[in-house]
Amino acid sequence: MKQTAQPSFRPGDRVAVRKAWPLGHIRTPHYIRGQVGSIERVCGSFPVPEELAQQRNGLPAQPLYRVRFLQRDVWPDYQGGANDALEVEIFQHWLDPA
Amino acid sequence: MNEDNGRYQPLSYFQLMEISLRELLVEKGVLTDEQVRATVDDMRSRGAERGASVVARAWTDPQFKARLLADGTKACQELGLDVPALRLIAVDNTPAVHNVIVCTLCSCYPRMLLGLPPEWYKSRPYRSRAVREPRAVLAEFGLAIPDHVQVRVHDSTADMRYIVLPMRPGGTEGWSEERLAGIVTRDCMIGVAVPKAA
Repeated sequence: MKQTAQPSFRPGDRVAVRKAWPLGHIRTPHYIRGQVGSIERVCGSFPVPEELAQQRNGLPAQPLYRVRFLQRDVWPDYQGGANDALEVEIFQHWLDPA
Repeated sequence: MNEDNGRYQPLSYFQLMEISLRELLVEKGVLTDEQVRATVDDMRSRGAERGASVVARAWTDPQFKARLLADGTKACQELGLDVPALRLIAVDNTPAVHNVIVCTLCSCYPRMLLGLPPEWYKSRPYRSRAVREPRAVLAEFGLAIPDHVQVRVHDSTADMRYIVLPMRPGGTEGWSEERLAGIVTRDCMIGVAVPKAA
């Protein structure tokens, strides 16, 4: 088994966060699930936290991205500048192309 | 029982678990009480001065700043600051962008540069509101961000840690790195304040 999954996304790519609600130790915040943003940077690859929390090795390591969202997309009633942004670290297995 | 402002409170579930686990580890010879004490002492004695020295260097050395923005962990190692087991990302405040850091899931924080996080950083109100209404939160810290400036909130949800690189204030021309570091407070590096020359 390969120890590191290949990155599927590059900076600028549009991505949608999976709208899923599995149980366990998930590092994808609820408020961002289902939202669409763009890749800001690739942060490297890290063992999967959901697996580590079950005392497994978390391999193959998954690419981790910083994804940038516009606040007004995330919160329809957002008070503030139209360009205000939110950046969240999200693992590749939580992202789909958008 | 747990002493809290002179009043005795029952231990919470997690306090009880921490004590039980620690006592077991000592009993089994995995750790000694002295090691536990020394680690707590080390964590408590660490403050924000390491982060301030990184910011002051970035203000006085543009090439260091470029390296810091490209790879925060490596740049800190140049200053002899070891940031083990995690990756540091420095985010740059500019006239067009103001950065703020939060961890909505728990309390991820760049401890190796800023020491222990303040209580408010770990509180539910800060964690939930910083992503939802950052401008209102910043206003409560006394920081008004003009409408034309983009507020960028960084949620530390996984393996990265963040430090805000504030803008060097006017009136600090010719200051030494040490004097500059003196105006870079913890809150400036979380992004809820900005450094002032006075």
